[in-house]
Amino acid sequence: MQSPDPLAAPAATADPSPPLLDVAGFSKSFAGFVALDGVNFTLRHGEIHALLGENGAGKSTLIKAMTGVVQRDGGTLHLEGEEIAPRSAAEALKAGIATVYQEVNLAPNLSVAQNLFLGRQPTRFGLVREREMRRRAEALLYEFGLAIDVGAPLESYSVAIQHIVAIARAVDQSARVLILDEPTASLDAHEVEVLFAVMRQLTARGIGIVFVTHFLDQVYAVCDRITVLRNGRLAGTAPIAALPRIELVKLMLGRELSRATSARPMASAASVEPPVAVFEGYGKAGYVAPFDLSLHAGHVVGLAGLLGSGRTETVRLVFGAEKADCGTARAGEGAVAVGSPREAMRLGFGYCPEERKTEGIVAELSVRENIVLALQARRGPLRPLSRREQDEIAAKFIRLLDIRPPDPSRPIGLLSGGNQQKALLARWLATVPRLLILDEPTRGIDVGAHAEIIKLIRDLCAEGMAMLVVSSELEELVTYADEVVVLRDRAHVARLRGEEISVPSILAAIAEAPASAALPA
Amino acid sequence: MKFKALLLATALSGTLFSVGAHAAELTVGFSQIGSESGWRAAETTVSKAEAKKRNINFKIADAQQKQENQIKAIRSFIAQGVDAIFLAPVVATGWDSVLKEAKEANIPVVLLDRDIDPSGKELYLTAVTSDSVAEGKVAGEWLVKAAAGKPCNVVELQGTVGASVATNRKKGFEDGIAGASNVKIVRSQTGDFTRAKGKEVMESFIKAEGGGKNICAVYAHNDDMMVGAIQAMKEAGLKPGTDVLTVSIDAVPDIFKAMAAGEANATVELTPNMAGPAFDAVVAYKAKGTVPPKWIQTESKLYTQSDNPMAVYESKKDLGY
Amino acid sequence: MRVNGLARRLPSIGTSQIVALLVILAANWIVSPQFFDIRMQDGRLFGSLIDVLNRGAPVALLSIGMVLVIAMRGIDLSVGAVMAICGAIAASLADSHALPVVLAAALGAGLACGLWNGFLVAVLGIQPIVATLILMVAGRGIAQLITEGRIVTFTSPDLAFLGGGSVLGLPTPVVLTLGMLVLTLLIVRGTALCLMIEATGGNPRAAALAGIGTKLITVAVYMWSGLCAALAGIVASADILGADANNAGLWLELDAILAVVIGGTSLFGGRFSIILAVVGALIIQAMNTGILLSGFPPETNLVVKAVVVLTVLLAQSPRLGGYFAGLPFNRPKP
Repeated sequence: MQSPDPLAAPAATADPSPPLLDVAGFSKSFAGFVALDGVNFTLRHGEIHALLGENGAGKSTLIKAMTGVVQRDGGTLHLEGEEIAPRSAAEALKAGIATVYQEVNLAPNLSVAQNLFLGRQPTRFGLVREREMRRRAEALLYEFGLAIDVGAPLESYSVAIQHIVAIARAVDQSARVLILDEPTASLDAHEVEVLFAVMRQLTARGIGIVFVTHFLDQVYAVCDRITVLRNGRLAGTAPIAALPRIELVKLMLGRELSRATSARPMASAASVEPPVAVFEGYGKAGYVAPFDLSLHAGHVVGLAGLLGSGRTETVRLVFGAEKADCGTARAGEGAVAVGSPREAMRLGFGYCPEERKTEGIVAELSVRENIVLALQARRGPLRPLSRREQDEIAAKFIRLLDIRPPDPSRPIGLLSGGNQQKALLARWLATVPRLLILDEPTRGIDVGAHAEIIKLIRDLCAEGMAMLVVSSELEELVTYADEVVVLRDRAHVARLRGEEISVPSILAAIAEAPASAALPA
Repeated sequence: MKFKALLLATALSGTLFSVGAHAAELTVGFSQIGSESGWRAAETTVSKAEAKKRNINFKIADAQQKQENQIKAIRSFIAQGVDAIFLAPVVATGWDSVLKEAKEANIPVVLLDRDIDPSGKELYLTAVTSDSVAEGKVAGEWLVKAAAGKPCNVVELQGTVGASVATNRKKGFEDGIAGASNVKIVRSQTGDFTRAKGKEVMESFIKAEGGGKNICAVYAHNDDMMVGAIQAMKEAGLKPGTDVLTVSIDAVPDIFKAMAAGEANATVELTPNMAGPAFDAVVAYKAKGTVPPKWIQTESKLYTQSDNPMAVYESKKDLGY
Repeated sequence: MRVNGLARRLPSIGTSQIVALLVILAANWIVSPQFFDIRMQDGRLFGSLIDVLNRGAPVALLSIGMVLVIAMRGIDLSVGAVMAICGAIAASLADSHALPVVLAAALGAGLACGLWNGFLVAVLGIQPIVATLILMVAGRGIAQLITEGRIVTFTSPDLAFLGGGSVLGLPTPVVLTLGMLVLTLLIVRGTALCLMIEATGGNPRAAALAGIGTKLITVAVYMWSGLCAALAGIVASADILGADANNAGLWLELDAILAVVIGGTSLFGGRFSIILAVVGALIIQAMNTGILLSGFPPETNLVVKAVVVLTVLLAQSPRLGGYFAGLPFNRPKP
């Protein structure tokens, strides 16, 4: 990509000695989908290097390619100037690259000591020397500031300690590069501090750490440099000081923005049409903070924010997939209950979830059956659509949305992502909804389908449907949204209307540092 | 079988000892397996009646097929200081320690219906059980007599494959017909001791043997299978009891009903009265120190249509079968 | 072109099951040449082939309910015990009450058992295998309580007719099974339930988000399985003119599950075929009857059964099918 970044290039010149780990030109495709495209990445001795990116940016593929879990299509890998080509995680570990995953890959029912030395227990005459093993385990953990009973099963300790045990195991196997894949996702603030202390201690020994996380605050708290991936490409690399929060968010979400804003259709004032549904003080404890939301016919409300900011949670509450525990919902005349998808459908709501495979399609059923599913569910089991009616509905939407191949009897699992998404849209359009909720409607589908789906959103809106759209594609969002709600840390933090809507303004709202600089609990 | 003389003696002397029992009110605890079959329920009923007849204080603990419950029951009997303990063991092993406790407490233990592992022989007074080989033999010998020298093709409904009772009753029957070359088993399949399977297997036997024309007799390892087989024969247009001879084992009430209707010929009794001989042995032991033999074999009595089956049915129908 | 490909695939549905059934019937004919002989006996058809249908009726009934449960990603281990309960109820009431009362009580008990299972699975969210295991164990105890541990016999000719009678020459159990099959097909295929069951089994979360009342359907399906089991229990009791709580339906839940699997329905739910499940039950019974006719020693019964079942299932395996299908009939590529 034509990155005008001052940030990406000069990294190598800063340090004369060869980097600890040097990834050059990594590429990887899965069945035509490009997961990595010429990615470069360097890790220095004693450095904590954040690896960031939204879902599907290529972080996990990069890690897997570095550790030999997947075989890369192209590129070279050097460890301390020496080329290596691990073909499995075990080989990578032997070379000195260890990975600790979010779900600790240890045996929870074995003791801490056994976990530390699993597969390499000290033995004499073929027997495990239990006492020797425990002594060494205690010594090893002491270095990490842990004085725990190493004879107790691993599962009796907190997740943080389990992580440290996993790290200790990796380091003890002479790892020089440590990859931590979202280790903090399930830790509380104090545990995060403990983990960070361990990480800093390791860097003092010259170990390089690759730190994958979604929490920006943690990045600024502990990292030295940041590398951002987007759509399988390197979006930029910079020292932490050179990359303020707003720039980081721009890097993560992409920032070809200038042309997008002008393409917006004229956004009228929001409340000309009577609202289809109004939510006031709606929320659920521990899920998403109470919010107000007003949805009008012919208007698109967009939800923007980073992954895990509460966008999907908001739409699931609106559709009744989760039950709200506070606030009121009104539709038309008066207050209504939206406690289940069935109740939401009775109000004329429709919802295309983000997780297309696990929550959207029924893979082994045909395109026809998938399309009529919601309509049939609303009619109930006793008023079946005749085969002819089903065929007509399927044929209509296959034609209308150009679903390919145009074969209604084909199992939907065999279709491409874009065509599956169109069939799911068809499922809801067949119910003639008053409010259509789309969660990441263009995720994981090819560029051509993107454009078609965006056009469809605009057309539907023009026909007077109310829409609520979650999207990470801000450039796209600004082209069709009449109102954008920005979320951060599971709360609605900003509402942009009409002329206020632009990619920079959304980014600014997303990046705004939270009032308390404390680590997320 | 060498104890037959003694068996006879205990049977004859029943009344005599019951006089002694009146004098010294005995208390006997019985750890019963459970009530998994009609026969088991009848055994419980008959045991109570036999105790009453002898004026013995009788306590029954139902173990619901669990050895640990039986062990608990025996311990509690020991704690209560009963005069004797009856045990119908659910399994053959694992009794050593609890039986030692009983022996130390000087309480004689009598096994009913089933034996236990040989290592524990000195731990109990005696075992009152039937001889399932003898049962099969009685059935076989009856059939040889009934066939009266004419060629006779027998179909056999076996019990559950691998069950010792099934193996023994098969062997006993083969012993019983061994001398008669005119009687031979032409088909043998398992009916799992159940009516439904007995009926199903008999249906296929009838089809396989020319609609039943080639079948002279049916031998079933228990009456329940025979009741099913009789239904199958009737549905196939055969006349069980006249066209086809039947002999089975157990003597449950329903087979007497069939015998009264002329649809069954003979059954060999597995008596539910195991407690009676056991009581007698205990009374003798307590009163005079008479040590009974290690095995008291119950009688395998043959019933035929000439034994007034309706009367037997009436006497048995309320025992809990 | 695509339509062609589809048309070519359609007849293949169920082919392996039908072929398996025919092969087993042929094998039976080899071990027992009179296998296909059928004659009239007291106004009812009589012959080994009729035995296969008649004896297969209970498992076929169970499999009709089981296939729906399995299509919903569930499993019902309790059907054998429910058979015992309902058979015991029917036999206990048969001589003192009119047949409609007897049937209503027994079938009602089956529905109640299904309601219990459905409640545990759909409302309390207990895994089906655990939820139905409870009734599988407890149910037989309940049946034993009803019969007081003995075989409860009856003489009512009305109830006996359901086991040993005949309609137009066919044994009543066969007619009842056919009736249940047709009724179930009408209800499931005649409404949108089929689509809803397949969608729920295929992807329960997607089905719920599409507005399908998955909990209600789950409860209904377990109740239907209970009803089928009740009918099977009535038939089993009527057949032997008595209720044998210890043995009625013992292990038949496994035969029913096997019948469903032989019928090509995945244990992971989704697409299902009621008719092929019944064919699966007939395959199992044809094999059982064949073994009885063969005169093999009973010790070999289970081995023969295992080998036949393995062969039938292997013949269905798509991977193995690929080796044998022959190249000209390769499935159309996407």
